[in-house]
Amino acid sequence: MTYNSADIAAFKNVWVFCEQRQGVMMPTTYELISEGRKLADELGVELCGVLLGDNVDELAPTLGGYGADKVYVCNSPLLKNYTTEGYTKVIADVTRAYKPEIMLVGASNIGRDLAPRCAARLHTGLCADCTHLDVDLNGYIEFLRSGSSLDVDGMNFETKLFDVNTNLKMTRPAFGGHLMATIVCPRFRPAMATVRPGVMKKRPFDEEGVKKVEIIYPEFSLTEEDIQTEVVEVVKAAKKLVDLIGADFIVSVGRGIAADVEGGIKLAEELAEVLGGVVGSSRACVDAGWIGADHQVGQTGKTVHPKVYVALGISGAIQHKAGMQDSECIIAVNKNENAPIFEIADYGITGDLFKVVPLLIDSIKQAKAEA
Amino acid sequence: MKIIVTVKQVPDTSGKVAVNPDGTLDRASMQTIINPDDLNAVEAALTLKDEYGYKVVAFTMGPAPAEGMLRELMAMGVDETVLVSAREFGGSDTYATSQILAAAIDTYGVDDEDIIFAGRQAIDGDTAQVGPQIAEKLHLPQVTYAGDIKKDGDTLTIHRMLEDGYMVVKVKTPCMVTCIKELNEPRYMSVNGTEECWDMPLTVMGYDALKDHDLIDATTIGLKGSPTNIYKSFTPPQKGVGMMLEGAGKETTDKLAGILAGKHII
Repeated sequence: MTYNSADIAAFKNVWVFCEQRQGVMMPTTYELISEGRKLADELGVELCGVLLGDNVDELAPTLGGYGADKVYVCNSPLLKNYTTEGYTKVIADVTRAYKPEIMLVGASNIGRDLAPRCAARLHTGLCADCTHLDVDLNGYIEFLRSGSSLDVDGMNFETKLFDVNTNLKMTRPAFGGHLMATIVCPRFRPAMATVRPGVMKKRPFDEEGVKKVEIIYPEFSLTEEDIQTEVVEVVKAAKKLVDLIGADFIVSVGRGIAADVEGGIKLAEELAEVLGGVVGSSRACVDAGWIGADHQVGQTGKTVHPKVYVALGISGAIQHKAGMQDSECIIAVNKNENAPIFEIADYGITGDLFKVVPLLIDSIKQAKAEA
Repeated sequence: MKIIVTVKQVPDTSGKVAVNPDGTLDRASMQTIINPDDLNAVEAALTLKDEYGYKVVAFTMGPAPAEGMLRELMAMGVDETVLVSAREFGGSDTYATSQILAAAIDTYGVDDEDIIFAGRQAIDGDTAQVGPQIAEKLHLPQVTYAGDIKKDGDTLTIHRMLEDGYMVVKVKTPCMVTCIKELNEPRYMSVNGTEECWDMPLTVMGYDALKDHDLIDATTIGLKGSPTNIYKSFTPPQKGVGMMLEGAGKETTDKLAGILAGKHII
């Protein structure tokens, strides 16, 4: 029987592409498995991981601990390093064989290379860089109630075009975060989404899931002729990159440090150290070459939700806010009392960061000593 | 021997953006610009042109006013431009857009030694999907996130950037490469170019020019042929304004630290 992506009744189950690099699972995979579990429960179907690599079997059981019912493992020396053609062929082939209705992929530089290629080959829709996913309509309405400026009670959510209760609703920022759009893929399957790293919450790890998860080795064919690119080497960044996504405390610097870039970054580092956190940055500082791109928070940088986000000399452009506004507590220090960052700050201080931050460091040290 | 560059005219989302009451973008009030990453793709093409004598052809899909952008590109050094434009193409998502652009590029012709460059992603949608999807439709290998490109005969050696480093990837032409802003510094229009660009070739490919191509079908282009649809659009909520602390001295920072400690945040 020929594969037909428009025969939506033939598709079932939620799949997650489980990205590993050099035999190490990417942390985003566990976020996606956790989110996939929610979607599978809403649909009453199974959650499956699909894991590609070379001898990566031992990475599979952990996925059960985060909620996967099954893991499809595809091992081949040709899958050791990521190549677009190799991974696309295997994902497209197993998708044709097993027909999942939803496919989630981490929006990493690899996921965003793989997913569009697969969607084009499979003739289906793909929504990029999602920050929220729903199947259940009531859950979606509740999300809009708190996560949008819409008056949801007066809105009509029904449509004749598709079943709003079973289609995946994929929400993402557009126009640099000025707008949010919810996208559907009603006429084709699988509905595909790449999901922003750091946005979905990881579930608590469950040992029982590790024991229960079923490992399956699907048939697939892959030869050297299928792959037209050659990975000569994989180079790790020389310096250790900052882990913004995993940090509980982030102290970010913006254009306000221009008067003394080195001094400003040093102050941020000191404050971050007192808090037990790391240093982030606005795009302006990265573009100016003041700090490495791995520190960048925002629409084109990383999305973070630490316990405390301290914005030093950051005006609060919408692109920056898009990456940090879900922080539990936002503290802003800015000379300009009209800076947009104050619109979302829990606590704001109007003042010169070079004067305020040393005082704040002292105050926090004292408060910690007294606690 | 040519390099095709795909470019897009986008609203400038870096400044103030006006949103209509119904949650759509007020495009009329916004400036349009050449998508920033696409300028890096153009520069990559012009760099290779300077060294090896490629012909550089820019393709865009969009409404008629995109012609202005194409003239600017020719003033920078692009040799020829193609505007893919038709009512039937409107409302296309990334799948349908790549279907149409691939048909246009294929109609123009891709030879063995040719290269296609695209920007990593456009700032209006931030999807990064059209480049890879064009490559898929044209059955070409792709290398995305190119941070460094070296050419040796028919082989390109590319640093494909990852979050934690990069891969060194070799690929033979013809191929698709998507470019990031760290790749290069785009050049400006030349003074002569701004005069000459008005006489340089700009072709419009409409629906009739492409309708017989295998990739063009009512079920694969435009709004109706797009697998994805917008269900709702809205503006993100404004988080309520918090507490502005008075002053900026030690008393103020003490008060803040006290609040944080009281709430067990620190």
